[in-house]
Amino acid sequence: MGLQDGVQGRVELRGLVKRYGPLYAVDHVSLEVSSGEFLALLGPSGSGKTTILMSIAGFEYPDEGQVLIGGEDVTWSPPNKRNLGMVFQKYTLFPHMSVLENIAFPLKMRGVGRAEREERARAALHTVRLGQMGERRPAQLSGGQQQRVAIARAIVYQPRVLLMDEPLSALDKNLREEMQIEIKHLQREIGITVIFVTHDQTEALTMADRVAVLDQGRLQQLGAPRALYEAPETGFVAGFIGETNFCEGTLHAAAMPGEAVSVALDGGGRMQAVAAQALPAGGRIRVALRPERLRVGPVGAEGMAARVSEAIYAGNATTLLLEGEGGQSLRARIPAGAGLHEPREGEPVRLSWQPADARAFVAAS
Amino acid sequence: MSAARGNRAGRMAVNAAAYAVTVFLLLPTLIIAPMSVGPERLLSFPPKGFSMRWYAEYFQDAEWVRATLFSAEAGVISAVCATVIGTMLSLALVRGRLPGKGLVELLVIGPVIVPHIALAVAMFLVFEQLRLTGTLLGFAMAHTVLALPFVVFTVLAALYRFDAELERAALSCGAGGFRVFRYVTLPLIAPGLVSAALFAFVISFDEAVVSFFISDLDRKTLPRKMFEDIDYNISPTLAAVATMLTLLTIAALLLGYALKRGMERRARAAARQGVEP
Amino acid sequence: MSRRPPRFLLGGRNYSPAASLLLAAPFLLLIAVVFLLPLATLLHESLFVPAPTVEHYARAFGEPVYLRVMLRTLRVAVLVTVAALILAWPLAWVMSRSRGLGLALLAAAVLLPLWTSVLVRTYAWMVLLQRNGVLNQLLQEAGVIDAPMRLLYTEGAVVLAMAHVLLPFMVLPIYSALKGIPEDYVRAAQMLGASAWGSFREVIWPLALPGVTSGCLMVFLLALGFFVTPALIGGPQQMMIATLVSQQVREMLDWPFAGALVGILLIFVLALTLVFKRAVRLDRFVGSA
Repeated sequence: MGLQDGVQGRVELRGLVKRYGPLYAVDHVSLEVSSGEFLALLGPSGSGKTTILMSIAGFEYPDEGQVLIGGEDVTWSPPNKRNLGMVFQKYTLFPHMSVLENIAFPLKMRGVGRAEREERARAALHTVRLGQMGERRPAQLSGGQQQRVAIARAIVYQPRVLLMDEPLSALDKNLREEMQIEIKHLQREIGITVIFVTHDQTEALTMADRVAVLDQGRLQQLGAPRALYEAPETGFVAGFIGETNFCEGTLHAAAMPGEAVSVALDGGGRMQAVAAQALPAGGRIRVALRPERLRVGPVGAEGMAARVSEAIYAGNATTLLLEGEGGQSLRARIPAGAGLHEPREGEPVRLSWQPADARAFVAAS
Repeated sequence: MSAARGNRAGRMAVNAAAYAVTVFLLLPTLIIAPMSVGPERLLSFPPKGFSMRWYAEYFQDAEWVRATLFSAEAGVISAVCATVIGTMLSLALVRGRLPGKGLVELLVIGPVIVPHIALAVAMFLVFEQLRLTGTLLGFAMAHTVLALPFVVFTVLAALYRFDAELERAALSCGAGGFRVFRYVTLPLIAPGLVSAALFAFVISFDEAVVSFFISDLDRKTLPRKMFEDIDYNISPTLAAVATMLTLLTIAALLLGYALKRGMERRARAAARQGVEP
Repeated sequence: MSRRPPRFLLGGRNYSPAASLLLAAPFLLLIAVVFLLPLATLLHESLFVPAPTVEHYARAFGEPVYLRVMLRTLRVAVLVTVAALILAWPLAWVMSRSRGLGLALLAAAVLLPLWTSVLVRTYAWMVLLQRNGVLNQLLQEAGVIDAPMRLLYTEGAVVLAMAHVLLPFMVLPIYSALKGIPEDYVRAAQMLGASAWGSFREVIWPLALPGVTSGCLMVFLLALGFFVTPALIGGPQQMMIATLVSQQVREMLDWPFAGALVGILLIFVLALTLVFKRAVRLDRFVGSA
């Protein structure tokens, strides 16, 4: 297939706003998705991710802002005129049609002749590896198979963009992981733009080229999975993606993003960190530190004094629950098999880290 | 122990009462059937012999047959009209943003809560002036109005059972508003529409009060003809007619039941592809 | 680019107000011409013919003959409602605790009469109750009575036949309310020490009340304006308001007075409906069981 050229599959949101009463479901969100890119919209429920997807699909109309697809303003065009593919949370296959009729339906709506319809529908069914299932009814298929049919139906007319609204949430864990990889491969194969809504960060990080993290209708950060994890730009992203220790404190002097800072922790002691955003002088600060970036050393080594309150063995790693000298609760992870010392419960230790791994944010008031 | 026994005795008493009520419900109607095949003019139970004489009399009497055909005609027309009009309204009520929705809903139940005698007399008054009494148009209009509440409630139930997300899916496939209805909504609520039409037909076909007033001498419905016959003489022909009407009702109910089963099977099939709760 | 282009389906979920109105238009038109207009014409007749007056209404309450008819109507409607409630409860209860074939049979026993012509059912009662009818025949053969009793054209016969005809309207709402009560509630009440009567009074009855209200309302409303059964079973002796209206229209040709009677009936019915608006639920009669 691969009919996409440079701009056809580009999606652009400009200052999108959707209000429900006084509440902002979407609060001035702007972003660009390039042709052939896989973007995940990630956030907790109520973050506005689904509203954004529905605005792109045409099922919701924004109060402000524009939606552009392939450079064309489609903010006000109805869903059936946008030439997008959509896969829903529930598979929404038409129960009164066979699998093949389901897939051929969008072609029928586009006036494609019967013979060509059948041929293209069979090809699409083949693409999702369900070649033999064409004559069945949707109810006779398993959940994973139904979702594949839904995908085939959404791509059979070679739309410029494929929208997916938590399409895997109905599947069990193993099948979900299998489908994540399959969808990713399919997307590469046909080169279609995909915008994928999920509340599952692992899913977003696994599948997407870039992830847009949303909270309370605001775009928190848009970036590659690695950047989100390693260099979160807001405290929300640092807390939402992966596991994080937060230490609260204050900062004496203002700092620019990227600047090394020394934070006075609430319980006493100081913490070396890097400013992740512009930090005001004298403001409340939260420092985020990943458990696996904490190094646990014996008493006498450099670093923060702490005591192990619990050690939890989990096969590939041991998680230590620690109490810092200032009363902070921290977690550290010691990978198994690396020959590292595993302290016992109650043992005093020293914690150290690279300043670059400790990221300082303005604490939310 | 004695409490448990008392409990069981109580339950048996309730069961017995329930079955007695069922007998009370069914007996008067069902007892007519054996009586209708008795040979004598005086109806008796049990019948003193077997004869199809009263059935023959019905089929040979032009007035009975004409009244039946007229009722059937009015029934079919009002079933079709009520189903179409009621479906349109139901769509507006469920999917639409109808101004004055509360008032419209009150109007929907209007023909049920307003006593039929009131409606019948009122229609008689207006239909006389419009020269609609004794016309097919008049009966069709009156019966459509009487059947509409039941049609609307049946179609509403079918629409609520139907997953509106399928309409979005169809839109995303490129179907416009009308084609969404034509290819997705309509086929899926069709069993509901057929049973609505069935209800409407039965309501029209059995309707006695309005028919009593807006019939005229040569154009009357079957219930009106029955009414006259009951009033003058309880002839055994009536028993034959009543038996046939009961059989017709049984057939309609069985058909309606089959439709409902089909609809539920479909709803289950659709639910199976949904999210596990 | 217009801010909001007109569209039939708003966001794929809703029709626009204009489209909704268009879909409702045939209904509104028909209801206006065949429902509202006739009722309005009749009520106009009762208030403005020959001149603006409430005289026709006053007459209905003033003359003992008519007052008696209205009181009888009220009395019969109450009796029918009470009788139907007493008969309906055990049946609805057993239905709500049955499944499969048992439920299907019980439901059929309720639905068959519901959808059988009122005329057929009334006729059946006449056959049973008339002077040389089935009941008198059987009683005589059994030697219980010597001469046929007068059963037809009594108030008892009217109440009996009407309760029979309207019973399904009581059973179905109560059944659907009872069906919604999980059996565990009753078990829980008993575990907590409630007696059979206690769990009925504290758990079942309050939860069934909406269904009971709905059933009583439907039966009472229908009984107030019932025409066929009282006209045939009650005869002129047991005249109820519907029969009186019919008589005024067909024999006396007194439209204003008939209009006034209908007006009184309508005020009654409308007031009850508005008070119990939520109780009018037709879905139970078309979709149930």
